Amino acid sequence: MIAIVDYGVGNLFSLESSFNAIGQDVRVTSNPDDLRKSERIILPGVGAFGDAAKKLFSSGLAEPLIDEAHKGKNILGICLGMQLLFTKSYEFGEFDGLNLIPGSVRAISEVIPEGLKIPQMGWNSLKFTNNSQIFSRSHEGEHVYFVHSYSAFCPEEFITATTNYGADLTAAVQNKNVYGVQFHPEKSGNVGLEMLKAFCEV
Amino acid sequence: MITKRIIPCLDVRNGRVVKGVNFQGLNDVNSPVELAKFYSDNGADELVFYDITASSDGRKIFTDILRETARNVFIPLTVGGGISSVKDFERVLSCGADKVSVNTGAISNPSLIPEAAKLYGSQCVVISADVKRVNGNFHVFARGGRDDTGIEAIGWIRKCVENGAGEVVLNSIDTDGVKRGFDLEMLKAVCEVVSVPVIASGGAGSIQDFITLFHEIPRVDAGLAASIFHFGEVAIRDLKAEMFKQNIPVRL
Repeated sequence: MIAIVDYGVGNLFSLESSFNAIGQDVRVTSNPDDLRKSERIILPGVGAFGDAAKKLFSSGLAEPLIDEAHKGKNILGICLGMQLLFTKSYEFGEFDGLNLIPGSVRAISEVIPEGLKIPQMGWNSLKFTNNSQIFSRSHEGEHVYFVHSYSAFCPEEFITATTNYGADLTAAVQNKNVYGVQFHPEKSGNVGLEMLKAFCEV
Repeated sequence: MITKRIIPCLDVRNGRVVKGVNFQGLNDVNSPVELAKFYSDNGADELVFYDITASSDGRKIFTDILRETARNVFIPLTVGGGISSVKDFERVLSCGADKVSVNTGAISNPSLIPEAAKLYGSQCVVISADVKRVNGNFHVFARGGRDDTGIEAIGWIRKCVENGAGEVVLNSIDTDGVKRGFDLEMLKAVCEVVSVPVIASGGAGSIQDFITLFHEIPRVDAGLAASIFHFGEVAIRDLKAEMFKQNIPVRL
């Protein structure tokens, strides 16, 4: 069973549907036991980092999530869920994340040229920078759907794909069994579904 | 590079797509779910579902359709029509909508956009403005383009964005249905005052109209159309191939 962590941010219907579409047994859950029993864990998220981190830590779900990650379970953070995997975020303040990948989350406005719209909203292509099993079914240059104003900044060894929006932004990361994608695979058509399949095959 | 988006719009009444649809190979061309799947498989970057039902029974059918679509289609889905409260946001978001567009609801309830943006984030609040020239000025129209509100459109759209709308759909009533191209003058006026994505709507009659749109106004992010896609007059694959040829960033 794949557990989708429900800690009260955003709607998880599409994400759940995407795993159903690739024939996976999936459960949207806020029960810590489900996280422990699951084969894999998906950490979703939309909205602001501070709010989401507060909800995640107070939900009692952060602890089992971190434990399972340390035990080697495969975990995939999506969008804000990916950002939560990092050490810190500087979105409207300074907030601690799960610290499963060393690095911080900062505004894309720090690195992209002026005049570009923020958030980056729409389909952009991927450039692979390190091998990652999540891309075992993918091809460089494929487009995926992004909606974000903040991005992860971390050592290059953890970055598995970037996307160019006036500057190269972190699109996907991996630290051993902990994976993250800034884009929405559940909204990226067949290209996205193939990535979810690949994650389920890891 | 981020690509320009091509967006078919489906008007849904009592669970059926209205405006005639003419596709070979679809069993039920008026089924929103079938049509959404077809577009998703054939290059659409996003879909807009517009609920033009008036009754509460119709609303229920619409949300069922929406849920069924979100179970089967994995590209972004914007939903509009009859959105007048944050409860309506909740209703469609829980059925798999990614963005919600407000039109008349934002005129009658000025707090709707800020409230929804606070609850769900700006990225999911879309202001859809029906705009028409009246004595040389751009006016916002309500109730599906029937009522002139007298509100000056460009300033109003800017205010909606300042209040939290994360995207603008600009629907020109003047060019809608005319099929001689998008309303470039109106679009330029809006693009000058907002820094969020702008979707052009109303007037597309050919592939060239989209090429002209993206060449003339680089700040426009997407082109939306209904009948030319439904009738098969423009195939999205052909449109995108031409965009690629003309050096317009596009997802093939």
